[in-house]
Amino acid sequence: MTAQAPARTARSGPRARSHVVRSRSHRFSLRVDVRAVTVCVLVLAATAAVGVLALGTGEYTISPADVVRTLLGNGSPRTDFVINDLRLPRLITGILVGAALGLSGALFQSLTRNPLGSPDIVGFTYGSATGGLLVVLLAGGTGGEIAVGAVGGGLATAVLVYVLAWRQGIHGYRLVLVGIGVSALLQGVNAYLLAKARFTQAAQAMVWLNGSLNGRGWADVRPAALGLLVVLPLVALAASRLKILEMGDDVAGGLGVPVQRTRLVILVLATAACAVATAAAGPIPFVALIAPQLARRLTRAPGPNLLAAACTGAFLVVTADFASQRIHESAQLPVGVVTAVVGGVYLGLLLRRQRRVGRI
Amino acid sequence: MATEADAAPLVQTNKTRKQSPRRRNSTRTLAVLGALLLLLTAVMLSLAVGSRALAPSVVVDALLHDDGSTAASVIWDVRVPRTLAGIAAGAALGVAGALIQALTRNPLADPGLLGINAGAATGVVVSLTALGITSLWASVWFAMVGAVVAGLLVYSLASGGRGGATPERLALGGAVVAAVFTGISQTLMLLDAQALDQLRFWSVGSLARADSETLTTITPFVTVGLVLALALVRPLNALALGDDGARALGAHVDRTRFLGLAAMTLLCGAATSAVGPLVFVGLAVPHIARMIAGADQRWTLPLSLLLAPALLLFADVLGRVAVRPDELDAGVVTAVVGAPVFIALVRYRRAVTA
Repeated sequence: MTAQAPARTARSGPRARSHVVRSRSHRFSLRVDVRAVTVCVLVLAATAAVGVLALGTGEYTISPADVVRTLLGNGSPRTDFVINDLRLPRLITGILVGAALGLSGALFQSLTRNPLGSPDIVGFTYGSATGGLLVVLLAGGTGGEIAVGAVGGGLATAVLVYVLAWRQGIHGYRLVLVGIGVSALLQGVNAYLLAKARFTQAAQAMVWLNGSLNGRGWADVRPAALGLLVVLPLVALAASRLKILEMGDDVAGGLGVPVQRTRLVILVLATAACAVATAAAGPIPFVALIAPQLARRLTRAPGPNLLAAACTGAFLVVTADFASQRIHESAQLPVGVVTAVVGGVYLGLLLRRQRRVGRI
Repeated sequence: MATEADAAPLVQTNKTRKQSPRRRNSTRTLAVLGALLLLLTAVMLSLAVGSRALAPSVVVDALLHDDGSTAASVIWDVRVPRTLAGIAAGAALGVAGALIQALTRNPLADPGLLGINAGAATGVVVSLTALGITSLWASVWFAMVGAVVAGLLVYSLASGGRGGATPERLALGGAVVAAVFTGISQTLMLLDAQALDQLRFWSVGSLARADSETLTTITPFVTVGLVLALALVRPLNALALGDDGARALGAHVDRTRFLGLAAMTLLCGAATSAVGPLVFVGLAVPHIARMIAGADQRWTLPLSLLLAPALLLFADVLGRVAVRPDELDAGVVTAVVGAPVFIALVRYRRAVTA
């Protein structure tokens, strides 16, 4: 924390809500928000519970007890194959993708100081869709190649938006404007590509465009896990500056935070997190938008709430994927159609509650 | 989603602001006349240019008396409906964009924001999947129904409670409706291969399929929507001052919002059903209109009404000649040509608040 850190720990109500852990020399300190940690643990437990259910359901039903037994390595060869080779990689991919999306959304919302900020604002989503579509339609690519194309397209778009929005630094407002323009351009291109494609390819691309975890194997888990392993520590390093940046550019500058550089670093990290998710599952809508907000509601803590947002994102994706597999037996619906509807309903509830308490 | 607060430091007094009020209005009048001229040029091009290029004199001749020649039949059967559809849909999108930006007090809002386009699209999908209707023309009505359902949903979500449908509630309600309808339509499309095959052409946005039947279906909706919107210019100007300020000026805030949303529903529903979801026109044109005329709805709304169809028709003409013998859809051209222009404007001019 800074020299201006209050002597007391932050309070919200009668009891102190956070503990500060310091090294002996007081060089390093870490504030631990008790409620936030509790929330993370509970959300992860809920994710695990849904995961066990998801691992047990499908063509071949396995009881939750047998699922847990198999996960601990004591299953029959049959359950072992079904769970560890077929269903577990999908679940883990879902967890990783959700965590990456939640993290990315929290970073973007903190950066734009706007509860509706999401990776869409830098055009990443549409750019990755364009990249993925080009690979599917022109090269007839599959799995891994689509992922590469998507990430390439997304990153190229984000860089383009960033460069176009740069004039004596980045301002949130101009970034959003340019992002909207570039997104509109890419939306047109995407629709055109879909219309020009052969039908079978268009259908395949549509599933991918909605964000899908169908048929994910261990080969998909590895890059996602590695990506998150790279991004997470870097985010942890930048988190304290991000908190100060939320106070406004002038205040942050006065407190010694290099505003433009920090913003650039955070943007890159947020985009990278989004890229990890898109590479693994395509553009799943709404998770990046909603996970940080749900997390904030649960922890009731100020600031970006990065860890809680990541946990909430994982829970959302795993649950939505479980639901999407149950909606229609024969058609494997993409997880994205569920997150879209659930996201809408959530926003509706939010609106009603805010209206009741007169917040908006 | 930027709010005025974000935009505030970026707002710059328009260059024309330094002029006297009278001079300012003459600039605006010139702008309107210029827009009108632009629209007429676009109409002329739209009638003359195509796979069969016709001289302007031939066009005028054929318009004045339909003598049954090939040129006359090309013009009357194909290009006139297409051009009129472009004018109707363009005007609808431009004015709908100006309305949404005024209602949400957000200069970046586009007609897609309220979910009305998603509602219209869902109507089309439902007609194709559940009801087995195979022609897109019959689905114009379903698109209208979808748009109206979406509009009513947004309003019921956003109104009620204290203060009625505030800009924030409208934006949030719109996001809700857009998300749910998008989810529904995508699900239906993924479950029905035939619908997907039809809709991927529709969703590009094109004037090519607009025939006289489509035109007669949408014209009443567009007309009512436009009249309603133009009748609202004064209260909309008052709304820009915030709800309390508007009430102090004697504007009926809730009524204005309801009527504005109704006009938007009619305009978006009609335009989307006729030419597909061409949202960009509705975002960029009011923005450009404000750059020219400043933030006064009495001028931006008519300017949008003239500029948007001109833009759409130019895009359509360009699409006809760009990749001969093939055609590019107007939706692609507006996106590919319009977006860079918009970005350039954003970069080199300051944003103008709604």
